[in-house]
Amino acid sequence: MTQTVRISDVTKDYGRVKAVRNASFELAQGELVALIGHNGAGKTTLMKLMLGLIRPTSGWVEVLGDNPAAGEFAGRRQLGYLPENVSFDTALTGRETLAFYARLKRETVAGALKLLDAVGLGDASSRRVGTYSKGMRQRLGLAQALIGHPRVLLLDEPTTGLDPELRQTFYEIIQRLASEGTTVLLSSHALTELEERAGRVIIMNRGVKVADGSIERLRDIARLPTKIRLKIAGLAPAALPSWLPGDAACRRLNGHIVEIDAAPEQKIGLLHAATAAGTSVEDLDVIPPTLDELYAHFLRHAERTP
Amino acid sequence: MNALIIARKEIHQAIRNRWVLASTLLLAGLALSLTFLGSAPTGTVGVRALDVVIVSLSSLTIFLIPLIALLISHDAIVGDMERGTMLLLLSYPVARWQVLLGKFIGHLSVLAFATCLGYGIAAAALIATGSRIGADSLAAFAAMIGSSVLLGAVFVAIGYLVSALVRDRGTAAGVCIGLWLLLVLIYDMALLGVLAVDQGRSISATAVDAMLLLNPTDVYRLFNLTGFANVSSFAGMAGLAQSTTLSAQVLLIALLMWTLVPLGLAAAAFSRREL
Repeated sequence: MTQTVRISDVTKDYGRVKAVRNASFELAQGELVALIGHNGAGKTTLMKLMLGLIRPTSGWVEVLGDNPAAGEFAGRRQLGYLPENVSFDTALTGRETLAFYARLKRETVAGALKLLDAVGLGDASSRRVGTYSKGMRQRLGLAQALIGHPRVLLLDEPTTGLDPELRQTFYEIIQRLASEGTTVLLSSHALTELEERAGRVIIMNRGVKVADGSIERLRDIARLPTKIRLKIAGLAPAALPSWLPGDAACRRLNGHIVEIDAAPEQKIGLLHAATAAGTSVEDLDVIPPTLDELYAHFLRHAERTP
Repeated sequence: MNALIIARKEIHQAIRNRWVLASTLLLAGLALSLTFLGSAPTGTVGVRALDVVIVSLSSLTIFLIPLIALLISHDAIVGDMERGTMLLLLSYPVARWQVLLGKFIGHLSVLAFATCLGYGIAAAALIATGSRIGADSLAAFAAMIGSSVLLGAVFVAIGYLVSALVRDRGTAAGVCIGLWLLLVLIYDMALLGVLAVDQGRSISATAVDAMLLLNPTDVYRLFNLTGFANVSSFAGMAGLAQSTTLSAQVLLIALLMWTLVPLGLAAAAFSRREL
């Protein structure tokens, strides 16, 4: 696999604030990576470093073969960026704005204008950007990031302000791009949305990378219990099924549902026991730890081991 | 190429925002009123009608063109940073000096258009009302328009330098107003005061020349009021014209340096800035 972005041991200080500390990772072609963390965890700083908008205090950044800190920008023709609060010159129309950015990337204006329809701005394209709502500006921001089929796409909080329907379209577009070989790095607070889509998750806390890997791998590392929910017929209130091992952490939910926290190695054994002949299990749900829980776990872990 | 794309967008925006219209109307209105009211004492039959206009119009230019230029330019970098548009623009394949150069070409085009049209209308009106105008007067008038544009370039560049250095738009506006007051009003008054007190005892003519070169508005004034013999007799600057050793070429080069040095410094400051 070809690496498109390399971050090696990068530190960035703003005065006494360390925005990023000794971060290292590489992004490969076709990866869809979620960058998550609190406000101020260093997500935006990392993206700005990749764009050469700021220079690392120490360390090395390489994007599409360029060193952005040295002012090299040839690779930026194949790079799309959507800033967190995107803004445009309000006097120009949506169409004029997109045409301007297409020219800067040496792409055909006609091709770029098709993107306006793709993000649902076709009807508003001849109105001034100043009259656009927050959601419409976000769509225009998305359209400009997609100009010229980028090989690297950096999206800072891309889905804020998008309605659910457009969110769906948005994820379809970036998943298609990723499958065609684009590296997509997106930061977001909407962890549930990312869960099914991101092939890899990087968790940042106070400028330090605290976890990096596929969601399955992070689950393995975190060893968080899987929740097993059982609906059992004819169980007395507050009683627990007799086949449950004594050490299993479990509780009753709304009367007739039993929830068990199963450690990874217990999970299969418990399921066998639950479905064995003679039990009165009517229904069964297995809920693996969500990205929310993983995120909270890694943050707690990072706080304990500074 | 990139610079031209950016210049084109700046011009487009200036047309949309009515900047072009407003500055052209302002300059044309003032030029026309000076042409007809200002020539009242000499009468419209005076052969030197255009020379009188040059004197009054260039004095007006010294106040107005720097002000318009600073208004356009003080916001160019820090304003775009605050609005967030610079962040997106710099993620595109453009170098920062290209952004600055593009804005400069765009803003100067707007200013040049307004000046040429606004002042040109005044000259055309004089011709249309039947004044006879000599070729030397026309040459002096053309030189005045050209040097006015150059004075605009100087202050656009100075505005960029301020814009590249300060943290927020308010500061940029304040600093630019201060610079305008200093260069347009205070500097000359102070210089006059010093010369009056000194009575020519210790300050040599060369020192006066040097002090005049240190202020672009004085360079402009010298160029227009002493550069042409037919004009300087009206401007009351014939005395100064004889004592100064600065030729028209030197004055033009001075204005050019006053453009290029701040522009270069602005580019250097901008390229080192983090956002």
